[in-house]
Amino acid sequence: MRKIDIHEIIDVVKELCIDANYNIGGDIFCAFEEYSKKENSVIGKEVLEQLIDNSKIAKKKQMPICQDTGMAVVFLEIGQEVFIEGGDLNEAINEGVRRGYEEGYLRKSVVRDPFYRENTNDNTPAIIHYDIVKGNLIKITVAPKGFGSENMSRIYMLKPSDGIEGAKSAIIETIEASGANACPPMVVGVGIGGTFEKAAILAKKALLRPVGETSMIEYVKEMEEELLKKANGLGIGPQGLGGNTTVLGINVEVFPTHIAGLPVAINISCHVTRHSSKVI
Amino acid sequence: MDIKLTTPLTKEKVENLKSGDKVLITGVIYTLRDAGHKKMIEQINNGETLPIDMKDNIIYYVGPSPARPGQIIGSAGPTTSYRMDDYTPTLLDLGLKGMIGKGERNESVILSMKKNTSVYFAAVGGAAALISNTIKSCEIIAYEELGTESLKKLEVENFPVIVVIDCRGNNLYKTEREKYRT
Repeated sequence: MRKIDIHEIIDVVKELCIDANYNIGGDIFCAFEEYSKKENSVIGKEVLEQLIDNSKIAKKKQMPICQDTGMAVVFLEIGQEVFIEGGDLNEAINEGVRRGYEEGYLRKSVVRDPFYRENTNDNTPAIIHYDIVKGNLIKITVAPKGFGSENMSRIYMLKPSDGIEGAKSAIIETIEASGANACPPMVVGVGIGGTFEKAAILAKKALLRPVGETSMIEYVKEMEEELLKKANGLGIGPQGLGGNTTVLGINVEVFPTHIAGLPVAINISCHVTRHSSKVI
Repeated sequence: MDIKLTTPLTKEKVENLKSGDKVLITGVIYTLRDAGHKKMIEQINNGETLPIDMKDNIIYYVGPSPARPGQIIGSAGPTTSYRMDDYTPTLLDLGLKGMIGKGERNESVILSMKKNTSVYFAAVGGAAALISNTIKSCEIIAYEELGTESLKKLEVENFPVIVVIDCRGNNLYKTEREKYRT
């Protein structure tokens, strides 16, 4: 049994909140550069160049890439041989978020109640997903999620007879409807199978896979490649101002499901799709 | 060639702008987003005086991140505009001439824009650090309790936007998307 002190978790969550919001992922930055060379629209190309400049400024000045520094989504993979001592784990994660958002000058964007919308002023509570895994380590990932794109996400409970073609139509329909609202070029996380909530969580996790890294499953990989091509033919372009760069990456995850069902969850994410991880 | 535009945004200036124009705004603009709009419309419905006169003004849909000590403002890119659609025609009727945001507007907003001769600009969403460099001062005018959603007066210099929907209802999102659809 390996012991991990709760204070270490607070510190790591704090650092990851700040890091994810200031420093754009290497995969996204490379995708900006690659797509700006291939973009046909003059405005589209300029937008991509602005995004490159913006991420450089944010990194250099250590300030948020985007003002919507998101609701903090925190994934924990906890090794089953770990013993966490010194306090309450949920509270520690929220304390890490609280400190990260305060000390990092990040925007507090969480309201206490969906109808009585009073800001909690510390960006808590975080949305926390736990997985128990083998081993004696903890992997913590903070993925701050902005809501311009989150609002464009959808879930479809398709029929088994809808098949792969039905799933592909649902995904393209969702991307097309997102248009300029989701800050394209987007990253699209798709979860297929499981139950209603499993599909949604898979879609969120799919956003953690780096852009450019394809699925290990052959048919899923083909599906991702076909969808990417189709999505970039929609004409939406960077910021919806027209062009052939609408989506930087589409990551699809699949999971066993029920004989009667085919859930398809599509989590739309903007061009600053953020996540930062650390293993302790 | 970028068009230089100085506030206040008069009817004549709006009429000269067309969908697709790249514009650099210098002068005063006001920030307002979801909760601030709700509050302002409540004030109008209650017959209260508004904290600012809408006439010939521009509203920027933004909730900036906090400034560090010595900084004017944090990151300050646009938020998605359609959430303000239910409130917008009322403000346009009061003389609001320009809006800066990102994403589509609904038909009733576009009709009201045509009726009132006003313009909708987009700033580059997510280019928040870049945009904040063009903001020269920031002052909270009202609704301070709303935090990032308060009504703020910004002085901007060469603030980069593009005309998406002009006062004749031409919509760049629609026209450009069709050009690049394969």
